[in-house]
Order: sequence, then C-alpha cells, then structure tokens
Amino acid sequence: MRRLLFTLALVFASPALAQSAPRTLDPQVEAVARDVGKSLRCVVCQNQSIEESNAPLAADMRALVRERIAAGQTRDQVLAYMTDRYGNFVLMQPPFQADTLLLWLAPLAMLIGGGWGWLAYLRPAGKRSLAPAPLTPDEDAALARLDSGRAA
Amino acid sequence: MPSAMIDRPMPKFDLARLTPNRGALTNADLIGKVSLVNVFGSWCSSCVLEHPQLTAIGKSGAVALYGVDWRDPPSDGAAWLSRYGDPYHKVGVDSDSRLAINLGVTGAPETFVIDRGGRIRFKQVGPITPEVWSTTLLPLIRKLEAEPA
Repeated sequence: MRRLLFTLALVFASPALAQSAPRTLDPQVEAVARDVGKSLRCVVCQNQSIEESNAPLAADMRALVRERIAAGQTRDQVLAYMTDRYGNFVLMQPPFQADTLLLWLAPLAMLIGGGWGWLAYLRPAGKRSLAPAPLTPDEDAALARLDSGRAA
Repeated sequence: MPSAMIDRPMPKFDLARLTPNRGALTNADLIGKVSLVNVFGSWCSSCVLEHPQLTAIGKSGAVALYGVDWRDPPSDGAAWLSRYGDPYHKVGVDSDSRLAINLGVTGAPETFVIDRGGRIRFKQVGPITPEVWSTTLLPLIRKLEAEPA
C-alpha cells in the first residue's frame, strides 16, 4: 500500500516539476510552439532563442507562445505579435526588408567586390605574357628607314 | 534600442493589487492625467538605486506614479516596498510578464510616460536618476499636461 501511494505520488508529482518549462498536451501545438520559440530571441540573453534560455522572461514568453498557438494562431501571427512589441530585434533571423538590405546583401557584395579585385590583380600578369601589339604605320616607316640605312 | 511602443496606446491590462487596501490597477487608472508607470521587482538591484528618486517624485506630487511589480511573488514585492518605502499611487502585480511582454519590456527598471489619453509617449530604460528626472521626464510631463486632452 505504501509503495502504491509512493508510486502515485511520483506520477502526480512529475507534471508539477515539468511546469518550470510550460508544455502543452497537444504534440502538434508543441511542435509549432517550439519552432516559433526557436525563431524568437530571448531579449535578456546573449544570442539565445527563448527555447534555449533559462531566463524567467524567456519562460514567460514560451508560455505565451504556447497559449497563442493553442488558441489557433499561426506561426506568423505569433511572430508578428512579438515584433510588434519588441521590434525585429526579437527575431533570431532578421527579415529581408528595406532597412536590413545592407545586412543581407553585404556578404554577396563582398564576394563580388573581392572576386573583381582578385581578377584585376591577376589580369595584368596575363596581359604581359601576350605578344606585343603590332607596329603602327609610323613605327613601320621608321623601321624601314633604319633597315635601308643599314643596307647602304 | 528604440522602443516599438512609443505613441501607441497603453496595452489593455488588469493587474491584481499588490497591497490589499488599494484597488486593482487597470487602464482606467491612467486616463485623464499624465502618469508614470514604473516596472520594478524586488529582485532588481538597479531598482534599489532608483528608489530614492521615485520617493522624491511621489512626495512632490508632480505626476501620478504607478508601479508594476514584475515577476515577483506578491509577498516579496510587498516586503520590498515596506523596507524601502512605497512611493506609488497604486501597484499592480505582473507575475507572469503578461503586461511586461505587451509593453516590450526587456529589463527592470523601465518607466513609461503615459499621456492623458492613455498613450505611451516615452520609455525610460534603466533607473530614473535626478538628472533624467529634471532634464527629460519633468519637462516632458509638463509639456504633455499642456496638450489638449
């Protein structure tokens, strides 16, 4: 009997322990909530998502995300709710828009710029090995004069 | 970091009272006058630094001062206020960060200046120092008071 009580106590105790990280019962809701949580920055942490963080505010944000997904909101609606209040900073991956254009295109611009620089560096060396340009008519005439002078 | 909440209406809230002799804190409290909403917590060390200035503001009666006891067991918040003094007109408890997240709060203390129409006009991140009060907050409060409601 005592063992049974102990087992029962354990069974009922574990959900209470799990409450520190709020979990919903519906696995589909949980899956979406985790996906959303991974794209949301913990605003009091260093580059951690709210799913990864132990911060109290991150825990409250996880709970809010689960509540909204369970209430039928989509991933985009929940992300919009958060960016509406915290700005794009709250997204782990900034969106592609006018004020983030430089951020997104900088790597590509560097690649193109670097590639161009590299080609420009290689080109003159290549040109030097080519045959010299043909003589101009003036140079031909000068050469002919020299040749005729030598023959004389 | 610029706040996304400036010039937007204060989000809807209905916070339980911290001290039983004063009513719950809701949007209705903020209508018709300029007010400060100060987010604090007993766990927040900068809030202790800020507290003398809040006490001075409360005593001066320059503005209606409201407190949001953020992510705090109510007994801790109440004990903290009885230790350092309670300068607030009313204090609401936001133990699950509902209002804090709705306000885009990232830490404590943060203080919101609310105009007479219940609109957020300014956010002070970090403690209100005497300098912040005299050069930023008080002039802004006077300006907002002069605005037509």
